[in-house]
Amino acid sequence: MSTTTPKLTSGAMSVDIAKEGQRTVAAPLGHALLEAAREDERIVGLSADLAKYTDLHILRDAMPERFYQIGMAEQALLGAATGLAMEGFIPFASTYSVFATRRAYDFLCLDIAEADLNVNMVCALPGLTTGYGPSHQATEDVAILRGMPNLTIVDPCDAIDIQQAVPQLAASDGPTYMRLLRGKVPAVLDEYGYSFELGKATMIREGGDVLIISTGLMTERALEAAAQLEKDGVGVAVLHSPTLKPFDEESVVAALGKGRLVLTAENHSVVGGLFDAVARTLVGRGIGERVTPIGLPDAFLDAGALPTLEDRYGVSTAKIIERIRELL
Amino acid sequence: MSTPQTPPVPEASAGPPAPQAASAPASARDTALDPERIARIQEAAYRIRRNSLIQAEVQGQGYIGQALDIADVLAVLFTDQLRLDPLDPESEDRDRFQLSIGHYALALYAALTEAKFFPLEELETYATDDSRFPMSSMRTYTPGVEISGGSLGHGLGIANGVAMGLKRKGSDRFVYNLLSDGELGEGSTWEAAAVAGHHRLDNLIAIVDFNDQQADGKSTDMLSMEPVTDKFEAFGWIARRCDGNDVAAVLAALIELREIQGPRPRVLIADTRLGKGVDFLEDREKLHFMRVEKEEWARAHETLKQSHEALVASPQKDDAR
Repeated sequence: MSTTTPKLTSGAMSVDIAKEGQRTVAAPLGHALLEAAREDERIVGLSADLAKYTDLHILRDAMPERFYQIGMAEQALLGAATGLAMEGFIPFASTYSVFATRRAYDFLCLDIAEADLNVNMVCALPGLTTGYGPSHQATEDVAILRGMPNLTIVDPCDAIDIQQAVPQLAASDGPTYMRLLRGKVPAVLDEYGYSFELGKATMIREGGDVLIISTGLMTERALEAAAQLEKDGVGVAVLHSPTLKPFDEESVVAALGKGRLVLTAENHSVVGGLFDAVARTLVGRGIGERVTPIGLPDAFLDAGALPTLEDRYGVSTAKIIERIRELL
Repeated sequence: MSTPQTPPVPEASAGPPAPQAASAPASARDTALDPERIARIQEAAYRIRRNSLIQAEVQGQGYIGQALDIADVLAVLFTDQLRLDPLDPESEDRDRFQLSIGHYALALYAALTEAKFFPLEELETYATDDSRFPMSSMRTYTPGVEISGGSLGHGLGIANGVAMGLKRKGSDRFVYNLLSDGELGEGSTWEAAAVAGHHRLDNLIAIVDFNDQQADGKSTDMLSMEPVTDKFEAFGWIARRCDGNDVAAVLAALIELREIQGPRPRVLIADTRLGKGVDFLEDREKLHFMRVEKEEWARAHETLKQSHEALVASPQKDDAR
């Protein structure tokens, strides 16, 4: 009889990222959007055959007259959102991040961003949140989009970020792109008395030895790592920057210069994302500080089970702790 | 092998309607359009061509052939079919005219000038620094320009959203989207065509300028999309085709497409002749982006005037080809 541990499997393309027993909110985007749509009749939803996988089915089922199914046609999705915004509506358009950024880039850029229209893209499977391989892993979406003028980019940590971001994205005039976590999404930040403010980074916890500047779901792992390291007497501060563009340089600069080990943590390639945003902030101001990036490699990722891949690429909580211990 | 099943009848709110027998295309001959109306539009078309030459002379080159070929269609639209207010370019009550082919900017400025959006003198600022008339038309630069064109295959998708928006508001205004035959090569044009058919956007009228010319040669030699009307009909559209340089035919077709009943988007394929109205430009090779020598401009204006006078003198003569 074999005694080897069975290998993990990739599972479905779109799996819940919450851990067993974790406090979660179901479909936070869908419910927040429905609430916003009830408040403001200009809000409409559109999807390119992924309503169910981006939580827009909540709006679709409750207010079908406010939802457009565009079909598997991402260029047409962004075109229709553009036209609706030109007529004064506030569209939320959903698909997977890879399709919005790689396939429909020209439409996002010229129709929406150049015209500075209030179109809000909510796009699932950011970074390493599926084991399906490069076709569905948006590991470079932020790198693709940071150079696009007028565009606001948000990488939320959890359900709290998503729920609070929705009305703010609708209220902001220009185009936005949010990296979406969907399904049962962890609720993390409410324990810290936190609230989301578009364009702002927030110090979630303080600590004297290490500073992690983090974004997206990596903030949750940074907080878990901080709690573990605290037991060993290592103080870890976590600065959460859910808005990647415009980037809150002032909050980053204010957190530096305290003799702490500094790292960035992002669910994205180490090229073109948070690490680069921090680096350009420091260089531009002549601040000489070493920053260690934790993020996905500049490579097409393997297919596989998420826990396996998170360890392999050094973005799991355990690997973050390991890395910090090496550096201290 | 199983017998093919009749496709299910779509529900009222989703899916393209089942094909119906299309009525015969209207021609100018059997709709008895008022000759004075035709003559008035022909005069406007002449001035739009003249306005285009005035702008093109500033640069000495450009998309002159296209501006001349589309002038008759623009004259029908901007002096007859479109509801527009030059004093209130963003009026909620306007028809939306969108130029997907931003390359045709000078033709659009020429038509907007004819529709009294701009004084004639402003034409001479075309493509100069800080002008409201950039070489490629952009929504952010020019009153009356609804979309930023130029990256081809974008216009029809945006038109869908505007048509959806107008329906949401209960407006009875129409969206007109002018695209080119070359643009039919873009896959996004057909994504948009499918969406318009599926969503039954009967307040959308697309016009395809079929001049059979694109950057590398004849459109039908580059990537033939014929039969174009059949393709649009297969996507759930009402499609018509006519001589795009016959004002009466274009007017009859656009009236029919606006008035015809049926929950479908509408398209007019307008067969046009590049450089129309200036014979030595019609015959020039490499017409896509045309260079005209300094000494030729006076001749171009004179030739245009003569061909217009000939048209007015013999309105019954079919001079399109």
